Amino acid sequence: MLRFRIVKDNTNVKFMSIHKLALFFSGAMMVTSVVLLFTRGLNFGIDFTGGLLMEIRTPMAVHIGDVRAALSKMSTGAPTIQEFGNGEVMVKIPGKEAAHVTREQISAEMKKLLDNKVDFRRAEYVGPQVGHELIMKGVDAFIYSMIGILLYIWVRFEWQFGVTGVIALAHDVCATLLFFTLTGYEFDLSTVAAVLLVAGYSINDTVVVFDRIRENLRKYRKMPLAEVFNVSVNQTLSRTMMTSMMTFLAMLALLLFGPQVIRGFTYAMLVGIIVGTYSSIFVASPILLYMNLRREPVPAKKETELAK
Amino acid sequence: MLQFERWKVVLVLFLTVMGILYAAPDVAPPKTQAWLAKNMPGWLPSGTINLGLDLQGGSHLLLQADINSVVKDRVASMEDAARNRLRHDSIGYVDLAAKADGITFKLRHPAADHAAAYKIASNLEDRAAVDISSSGVVSVTLGEDALKALNAQVIQQSIEIVRRRIDETGTKEPVIEQQGENRIVVELPGVADPEHVKQLLGKTAKMSFHLVDMNATDGQPLPGDVRMPMQNDPGQSVVIREHAVLTGDMLVDSQPTFEQGEPVVSFRFNSIGATRFCDVTRDNTGKPFAIVLDDKVISAPRINEPICGGSGIITGGFTVKQAQDLSLLLRSGALPAPLKVIEERSVGPSLGSDSVAAGKVAASVAMGAVLVLMTCSYGLFGIFADIALILNMVFIFALLSMLQATLTLPGIAGIILTIGIAVDANVLVYERIREELRAGRSVLAAVDAGYVHAKATIIDSNITTLTVAVILFSFGTGPVKGFAVSMSIGIITSLFAALMLTRLMIVTWLRKARPTKIDI
Repeated sequence: MLRFRIVKDNTNVKFMSIHKLALFFSGAMMVTSVVLLFTRGLNFGIDFTGGLLMEIRTPMAVHIGDVRAALSKMSTGAPTIQEFGNGEVMVKIPGKEAAHVTREQISAEMKKLLDNKVDFRRAEYVGPQVGHELIMKGVDAFIYSMIGILLYIWVRFEWQFGVTGVIALAHDVCATLLFFTLTGYEFDLSTVAAVLLVAGYSINDTVVVFDRIRENLRKYRKMPLAEVFNVSVNQTLSRTMMTSMMTFLAMLALLLFGPQVIRGFTYAMLVGIIVGTYSSIFVASPILLYMNLRREPVPAKKETELAK
Repeated sequence: MLQFERWKVVLVLFLTVMGILYAAPDVAPPKTQAWLAKNMPGWLPSGTINLGLDLQGGSHLLLQADINSVVKDRVASMEDAARNRLRHDSIGYVDLAAKADGITFKLRHPAADHAAAYKIASNLEDRAAVDISSSGVVSVTLGEDALKALNAQVIQQSIEIVRRRIDETGTKEPVIEQQGENRIVVELPGVADPEHVKQLLGKTAKMSFHLVDMNATDGQPLPGDVRMPMQNDPGQSVVIREHAVLTGDMLVDSQPTFEQGEPVVSFRFNSIGATRFCDVTRDNTGKPFAIVLDDKVISAPRINEPICGGSGIITGGFTVKQAQDLSLLLRSGALPAPLKVIEERSVGPSLGSDSVAAGKVAASVAMGAVLVLMTCSYGLFGIFADIALILNMVFIFALLSMLQATLTLPGIAGIILTIGIAVDANVLVYERIREELRAGRSVLAAVDAGYVHAKATIIDSNITTLTVAVILFSFGTGPVKGFAVSMSIGIITSLFAALMLTRLMIVTWLRKARPTKIDI
């Protein structure tokens, strides 16, 4: 039987030796992400902007120009028209313009254009008020997740771990958002769910490393902090890589073979898994280094025992 | 961690068998599913997972009731009633005005009319608060409680009417529920194009009969008159008396029918309506009267003779479809408030089944990749974990079937994500066992230590993920909720699979094989 190990036994990479570089890189990334979030912004889907979306499939050859011309007769503003290559055409009318047309009108226009050979795939209409509420709900969910995670880690570990965990998580969320601002992929409801899951996944990964750090802090009381962290990260490296790889593969399968409607979700997850793995190896422990972690003093008796 | 008490073994095996039983109907072919549903004894599971609208095709509509318009109507009728009563009782007043939530007027003789005015004011509206100041200013206000009660009543009635109208269209198993304070969710499985339903729900269908004002010269409305456009020809209008002689709530039945080859709508009044209709038609024979629906005149026929049978017909140059819809609306009653579609999501049957098919392929590929990776990494132990992973999927489907949960597209994504994450607990244990072996422990000690040490980590990491899932569930709407459900279920079943099932397999194997060396 074919056997392999992703990480060799007794691996000892000096992760902590490049911690300043990693922190600088991550810090710069986070700043870029926040700046781009405010300047360039996310390409919000109609879930948030409100609007009308319609997707049809047709065996006919579709010329986007024709569709645009047909729709421009209605007061649709500037609709987004996309063709997916397999005869699927999506029309999206964001925001207020959607109030002036109905799905039925677009449908009729498309039928006229495409010789009635139109297979209806899906339609969505989101009123402006609903869009606003969905944004607020997403923000609420995010904040409450943060608080929940922070509290749990605080209770289970010390506060330094909780704060570090949340910073690492913010890092991963920033990276995922950066991906969406840079690529301009649509950011919709299911993407929000994905971002929240990236948060959950990121913290999951980090907690495993923290657990080991806590254990090793008790075990190696005299070892320098950086060294304890390095050992801990190395000891959990195999698990981190295995789990990340399997989750990544599962999401890759979803991206390649899964339904197209949830692409945004899958992209966010894939980015999140990569960044989450990076941050639990390179970012979380270095931050902990600056958190002024108090170590239990080495008991005198143990010291003498060790000396023997 | 290597001891398994007998009852625990029995419990684990029992849960596993139950899981398989509950999940079995889901993978059975459709014919068998139908047979099972009919022929299985009640105590045996036969239910299958409900597919969400995004997978089976259908429409989701979110309607918002315009409560303000109801409040406005109420206030207007309070104003009317107050004016009539005050006049009737000859009480002097000035400045009668409507506010957003009530009315005010000022008494000319505050001292003399105080008691009489109070009586009138408090009879205007059930829950309204009445206040009379010393200077004689009377205010009747619909307080928060009154508005809340009104709101609840409006929504309840609306849901009832919406249900009747949708039932009349023959939609199978529609879901109609209140959401929040003034919203109604309507789910229509199998209806990919809800245009007709939207049309039906978009009409309040308030019908009334009015006399046409023949004295209005040149179409100029006199006091108490109102001009209303014709339904068929908005350019034309008719001047009618504002006061309705009869209203739609007096109807008991309405059907589409034909008269002289033309589609018409027949109607029948209840006894009060019938008597009044008889009186009105007798007193106004030869004059036209108008049938008004939602502020538009459907038709204004001449009354040829008194109609005392309590029934009649409406002609209006209808098409067959229009006659059907109008009779449906009249039968089901008027909506207390206009409803507006504020969100609509419809999925066609082709996209739904494509999504299911694509989900199956993606899940199989993901599953295959994980199974292979686990076996190659951990050998026999990997195979144990693989068996547990397969059973984990069975448990997820069993729980979804048991809870009669709805599987949505994001739910499928959640399950596929679970495939990737589920073996994490096993990985944690196995990596730990490896470390313990490297540290020179015996096989049994290493396995035992592996489970002991990994347990806390597994629980910590899963609780944090579960926290996120639960928060997603409580804040999420529709699609996100479905995702959170399958995610939470996946976390719980994978903990059971890793900590109980796999451990049972490993322990049993260790007892039987008594290996001195293990390949992990």
